[in-house]
Amino acid sequence: MDETNTHSGSIRTDASGIAVRWIGTIFISIFSICCLLPFLLVLGTSFTSENAIKKFGFNFWPREFSTFAYEIVFENPQLIIGSYVVTILITLVGTALGLFIVAMTGYALQRPDFEYRNKISFFIYFTTLFSGGLVPFYLLITQYLSLKDNYLAVLLPGLLSPFLIIMMKSFVRSIPHAITESAKIDGAGDFTIFIRLILPMTTPALATIGLFIALGYWNEWYNSMLFLSADMKYRPLQLFLYNVITSADYVRNSAASSNVALRDVPLESMKMATAIVATGPVILFYPFVQRYFIKGITVGAVKG
Amino acid sequence: MATAVKSQTAAISTAKPTRNKLKRFWNNKTLLIMCIPAILFFIVFAYLPMPGLYLAFINYNYSDGIFKSDFVGLKNFQFLVQTGDLWRLTFNTVAYNIAFILLGNILQIVVAIFLNELRVKWFKKVSQTLMFLPHFISAVLIGLIAYNVLSYDYGLLNSILESLGYDPLKTYSNPVLWPFIIILTFLWQSTGYGSIVYFAAIMGLDNEIVEAAEIDGANAFQRIRYIILPWLKPTFIILLLFSLGGILKGNFGLFFNLVGANNTALYASTDIIETYVFRSLMTNFNFSMGSAVSLYQSVFGFIVVITANWLVRKTSPENSLF
Repeated sequence: MDETNTHSGSIRTDASGIAVRWIGTIFISIFSICCLLPFLLVLGTSFTSENAIKKFGFNFWPREFSTFAYEIVFENPQLIIGSYVVTILITLVGTALGLFIVAMTGYALQRPDFEYRNKISFFIYFTTLFSGGLVPFYLLITQYLSLKDNYLAVLLPGLLSPFLIIMMKSFVRSIPHAITESAKIDGAGDFTIFIRLILPMTTPALATIGLFIALGYWNEWYNSMLFLSADMKYRPLQLFLYNVITSADYVRNSAASSNVALRDVPLESMKMATAIVATGPVILFYPFVQRYFIKGITVGAVKG
Repeated sequence: MATAVKSQTAAISTAKPTRNKLKRFWNNKTLLIMCIPAILFFIVFAYLPMPGLYLAFINYNYSDGIFKSDFVGLKNFQFLVQTGDLWRLTFNTVAYNIAFILLGNILQIVVAIFLNELRVKWFKKVSQTLMFLPHFISAVLIGLIAYNVLSYDYGLLNSILESLGYDPLKTYSNPVLWPFIIILTFLWQSTGYGSIVYFAAIMGLDNEIVEAAEIDGANAFQRIRYIILPWLKPTFIILLLFSLGGILKGNFGLFFNLVGANNTALYASTDIIETYVFRSLMTNFNFSMGSAVSLYQSVFGFIVVITANWLVRKTSPENSLF
């Protein structure tokens, strides 16, 4: 997004220009606030005492301020720390491996002198047109690959996607083929060219694609829910959050080792506190990497 | 040198095609090897499940397995049509997607145009960051946020309704409300991020055209109406046609985390293809019925994509997919 270049009222500012600017400012302000408010609602509720929730309902501002929910979450931090460790490990390993494969494939498929590039591109693209659906996929993972209750069932399916390979191809397209050609004349092999020349030249692309993969793993809950059963102690963060939200028993169990009587467990505020602990760090981190996602969608969406 | 001589003689001899093929294969071997991990990935996770759609034609039971279960032909599809399930799932999935696509794109265009009009830099930056924020959170958290607003006992909506003197809403058992809730949530989550494409398109507009229009006396409304909107039209049409290809694919994360897959009271307005398939797998263990719906979805989705692509090729050949 080029900030210096806008197309509005560059020469003179008449009444209509001022009007549009005001309407725009008001509209964008309202919409931005609407985007923020739900997060404040969760945050506010997480600091509200369970009594106040039962009396007044969820609110932005705690009527009775309480950190009780957080105290219970952190009194027995084993589960949530375990979840963090599992999610961080899956995200790190999956992103590194997936990024390498996506970059390598994207580069090879963008090489004009690669004989089979169209065939392979179509082979990959076809998977977005036709799929076997959930049931055969489920049977494949659980019965044929025996990955039930295995973190690999979450890690492997998230490695790559046709969308990311197409995005990498679009990025590589901006690198002149002459660079590859001259390196070939100097006797470099294709893989060496990729590692030594192309990778260092595509770092912004790699950052973008890597962040897409990482965000996918961090927010992953679907495969976790399908393939990781209740017997697993340490679940990925989103599945942990899902269990806390949907199952009162799970909350009570996870609070069981603290010294709180079961009926005094603050069910509602604990859901919110868990959500804040599970999501907060990412939300604080995201404004710094936002521009990479912007780059990704402008490259990926315009040239399919 | 030796290979060069060899290939020259090969060019003369009759064995030329095969030799050439082998040579080309040899020249491409490293690039081919570089593609193998990805090819393997798609074979395992995308192509291997495809034959599993055979489940749609049998009456699968766990003890007999796929090959010994009874073959029933099109009976499963017949059942889906007769019970009206197939029609309901198709209608819900397609109607929601049409609403998502049309309202989504319109709102994205509005946001992009207004963002472009803003002058104060920090305000632009902060509002963009806030509007992108909902895109970066998981579907699970979205479900929790909806619960915060809609819960019968504690929800914010009912607090507001009660303080205004209205009766509280039993949202989670009232199917009429859900189209609004689901569409609003979708717009909330996707508009900011989706507006980037349109905003980038406006950035690509030649400044001289805008200035020329202003010299000719165009006011701000005319500038938007006669220059920016027509400029965005091709982007709009392309995005529209692209999303048309996915018209039978439902947003499972959104529906599942807002409603769940087993809320019978809300089926009429919230049950889509994905939630049905999920339910038949995880709740009813009716693998065959789930596969039948998946097969139907894939085949019709495929036809729609081919048609959409044909339309793209007619309107702008350079953007067609194949």
